[in-house]
Amino acid sequence: MRLLRVKPGHGEVVLAEGDVTVPDQYAELLQAFRRELDAGMWAAVPTATDAGRRQAELVRSFEEVPVDAERVIFFPRAAGGR
Amino acid sequence: MALALGTLAIVLVALLSVLALERLRRSSLRHSLAGLRARARRPAITDYDPGREMRAEQRARELLHSCVNEEEWSMYRELGFMRVQGTLGQERCAYLLYPHEPILAYLPDSGLIVGEYCVEFPDHTRPYGSSRLPDSDDVLAKWIALTADERGLIERANMHLPGRQIRVAKVRGDLARLASWERERAGSHPQRRRLVGSVPAL
Repeated sequence: MRLLRVKPGHGEVVLAEGDVTVPDQYAELLQAFRRELDAGMWAAVPTATDAGRRQAELVRSFEEVPVDAERVIFFPRAAGGR
Repeated sequence: MALALGTLAIVLVALLSVLALERLRRSSLRHSLAGLRARARRPAITDYDPGREMRAEQRARELLHSCVNEEEWSMYRELGFMRVQGTLGQERCAYLLYPHEPILAYLPDSGLIVGEYCVEFPDHTRPYGSSRLPDSDDVLAKWIALTADERGLIERANMHLPGRQIRVAKVRGDLARLASWERERAGSHPQRRRLVGSVPAL
């Protein structure tokens, strides 16, 4: 699993990468995940439906991330614009 | 007597002119100082680098491509915007996503433009002085928020009437381009030929 964050001037940045079944790597992923949420980011997992529709799922805790998810994307929260 | 009064009048006019000029000078100086102060308060984009921004945009495009389906990606690459079908309500809206512009809602059946949903994804960490994501990351953030939580995004956004930021003529042009693009695409994909006879969105 890879945790990615989109950033101005960077595009995507890899925050952490690891196997959730390996305890050390799980802890590292969990720590990075919480850090981003604490910083006010939203987390999303890109998915595909059985009909082939691509979509995303917002997750609010690491436990909500599907175990087989390949990546979690962090991006700034939406705010009403002008 | 008349000479004295005339002289007095001239002196008064001269004095008033000097005072007025001084006041004007101070006011314009104050204005300039206020402008300078405001500029100093504004976060400076310290090291804008076009090369870095281009590389960021390239990475953002790759990420977007990896998330959306092939049709959405081709649409964005070729037309510069992406359409996402809504799922709320009986008369489902579709949305056009433009980078750093409001989300445009319209009814695909009638072509009626519903409104503009103004939403931003400002990154307050401002790594290079700007909170603005690369264009394709902005589209990706809108796509994620719409496909994951359409209602939440719509409620969070500020809704405005059509034409406030994106000209209605431009939207109509884009919808016509989209319909034409879909017809061409259906024609170039033999397995989709049966769609040719269907009624286009516009």
